[in-house]
Amino acid sequence: MKEINVLMVGVGGQGVILASDTMSEIGTNNGYDVKKSDSLGMAQRGGGVVSHVRWGKHIFSPLIKKGEVDFLLGFEQLEAARWSSYLKSDGVAIVSDVVIVPVSVIGGNTPYPSWGEANKILAQYTDEIYLLPATKIGTEVGNPRALNVVMLGSLSVFLELETETWTDGIRHRLPPQFVESSLEAFSRGAAEAGAMRLANEAKK
Amino acid sequence: MIKLLSGNEALALGAYHAGIKVATAYPGTPSTEILETIASFDDVYTEWSTNEKVATEVGLGAAYSGVRVLVSMKQVGLNVASDPFFAASTTGIVGGLVVVSCGDPGIHSSQGEQDNRHYAKFAKVPMLEPTDSQEAYDLMDWVFNISEEFDTPVLLRSTTRISHCKTVVNVNRERKTDLRQPSFTRSPEKFVMIPAYARLRHQIMEERIVKLRTYVEDSPLNEMLLADRKLGVISSGVAHQYAREVFRDASHLKLVTTYPIPAKLIRRFTQEVERIIVVEELDPFLEDEIRALGIPVTGKEFIPLTGELNPEIVENAAIQAGILPVPLKPSLKSREAEPQLPQRPPLLCAGCPHTATEFTLRGLGIYNPCSVGDLPEERKIPSQLKKAGLVVAGDIGCYTLGVYAPLFALDTTACMGASIGQALGLEKAGVQNKIIAVIGDSTFLHSGMTGLVDVVYNQGSTTVIILDNETTAMTGHQSHPGTGISAKGIETRAVQLETIAQGIGVQDVNVVNAFDLPAIESAISRCVETDEPSVIIVRGACPLHVKVSGTPLEVDSEKCDGCYACLRIGCPAISVADDKGWIDSSLCIGSSCSTCAQVCPQEAIEDSKK
Repeated sequence: MKEINVLMVGVGGQGVILASDTMSEIGTNNGYDVKKSDSLGMAQRGGGVVSHVRWGKHIFSPLIKKGEVDFLLGFEQLEAARWSSYLKSDGVAIVSDVVIVPVSVIGGNTPYPSWGEANKILAQYTDEIYLLPATKIGTEVGNPRALNVVMLGSLSVFLELETETWTDGIRHRLPPQFVESSLEAFSRGAAEAGAMRLANEAKK
Repeated sequence: MIKLLSGNEALALGAYHAGIKVATAYPGTPSTEILETIASFDDVYTEWSTNEKVATEVGLGAAYSGVRVLVSMKQVGLNVASDPFFAASTTGIVGGLVVVSCGDPGIHSSQGEQDNRHYAKFAKVPMLEPTDSQEAYDLMDWVFNISEEFDTPVLLRSTTRISHCKTVVNVNRERKTDLRQPSFTRSPEKFVMIPAYARLRHQIMEERIVKLRTYVEDSPLNEMLLADRKLGVISSGVAHQYAREVFRDASHLKLVTTYPIPAKLIRRFTQEVERIIVVEELDPFLEDEIRALGIPVTGKEFIPLTGELNPEIVENAAIQAGILPVPLKPSLKSREAEPQLPQRPPLLCAGCPHTATEFTLRGLGIYNPCSVGDLPEERKIPSQLKKAGLVVAGDIGCYTLGVYAPLFALDTTACMGASIGQALGLEKAGVQNKIIAVIGDSTFLHSGMTGLVDVVYNQGSTTVIILDNETTAMTGHQSHPGTGISAKGIETRAVQLETIAQGIGVQDVNVVNAFDLPAIESAISRCVETDEPSVIIVRGACPLHVKVSGTPLEVDSEKCDGCYACLRIGCPAISVADDKGWIDSSLCIGSSCSTCAQVCPQEAIEDSKK
């Protein structure tokens, strides 16, 4: 049973916790020992959110050690760059193209990094970086809040579990009215990540 | 049954299965979900108490009747509840009484960092600490048995990374039903703590701790794992998980009964290994206890005293102390210096009913007179105020975030309910500024009321602003006495803030709409000029709680002249696009707020459907 460490990072209101909850339940139902821990900060919304999800035979720490993240799921570009140093050297960064500019940028001197800059920061830790057109997928499936399922879909490509295991988990966790669009978002996320992964391997 | 549960859910379920009849709490991160989970069980009386002291007193009364009771709170909540907590230790109980205290190392959401393990020793109460959700669930059975066997309240201590982490739990018990029925038996020597009886009880407390010292020696909860004998690591709570992660080959002693500690077990462990270290968060609590046994241990020489631990902190500390070898780093890619990334501090939400008041306080506060230069003439600072300026004593709640840019609205925040007393203190000391206390509805009921009584009685002239968002918002929208909704979501009797203020003796009580900027400003400007106490209740529901949604506002780019007055309210929905103000329609709650429209000198912000 391979140990898998996933760090999900984003901004309050993006559905990071729902995604990490869903992933943790899927792991539990498939016989993994699972630990997951969130850092939410104080605000209801607008602050950074970090969720550690660990699957394995026996997990001790609920927090992933710096440099041991297998998959960094960036729900937002700046947050992905901020947590890049947690990546393993052969880790994978999957980043959604969502940009949420913090107030500190609007009133301050530190600019919001462009994707080029964020990508450069991530590239110091890994060669495998995928930028996902998550905004477009959300719009096209008619559910802009489905970002979290797009991210789970993209992650599923890299893990061993059957697709049905994921879709069952999503069906179980989401309110019925969002299930259909979420499942579509999931498979779109998986398809995008799958295609990018193949292209990346061909390059090697 | 295998379930994935947070520590708090596991504590709640464990207590339910241990047969609790009563559960009380005041919301506080990271403890809130314990009572929320218990509230979903029909056969447990559950209440959000006015504060932690009341929660503990209700719990103690219920325990005197013989039923099992769970009281939960955050770490600083136990400061508030310390008086009845010590009293409970003195009188003992009849039915099991367990107090859960959830610490917040690292201060994710608290006003201070403190190690509540000291309370166990201080109050002479046994303490247990789980290392994951499974233990949180399992321990509940033990702690209630210990409580009843030794006639004592038990402190069950958790921390953020236990309470809020989800781990796999084997739920293997059913709810106990063969427990005592409630009845009160008179026993003045036990329950009436006049000095003569309290002296007797103190003797009993001391004898109780001696018995507990023997009891913990044989507890199967503590676990010795012998591996490599060169290093022995003693740890508890989540620090045990970090220790296991980092010191993979070492021998470990996991302590679950952390007060009193099992002295003989620790001595045995010491004989098995060459060197002993203690890995614990915050204070050297175990380290000091173990050292007092005459055992040479180290820990805080290299493990930080402040903040929460994590695996790399423990690992780096151990490497620096020479306990672990310096790792042979894999050849890293050449790295440039990390560019500075912008911070993302927490904010008041779009549509927050606190924004207009805090914006007004900043405007009146003259910290930055230029900032109001672009306000219309009639909204400029009254000359008297301008001379003296405002001092704003703040309190605990979402509104504390108003300390950040761009609101800069607060001068103090100490602890629950402190704002009103602090304001009176500043006034009585002779500070020349106009002084305002700002406090939320739940916080006012928690411990602001007594401060207001003090202001009236001692003839202060404090102006108290009660920000009434009709919920306990910061901890996730729990009900409180002002809401008239019980912890189980059932309608009850609402306590009226304005009636309380009047009843206390405040003559000048005002109620204003939280989104009416001119009304807020005029009420504050008037009240601070009077020589009597005044209360301004600023009322507006938290939009996340009542789920307000309206047509978003938008900026008319023709009218906008780029003065950015709208940015000064700190609304996360407002930013800049093409050098003009821009409103994110996915965040804006629309005309029920419109605070930005009220500050725009160009009247360029309007309903997007118009």
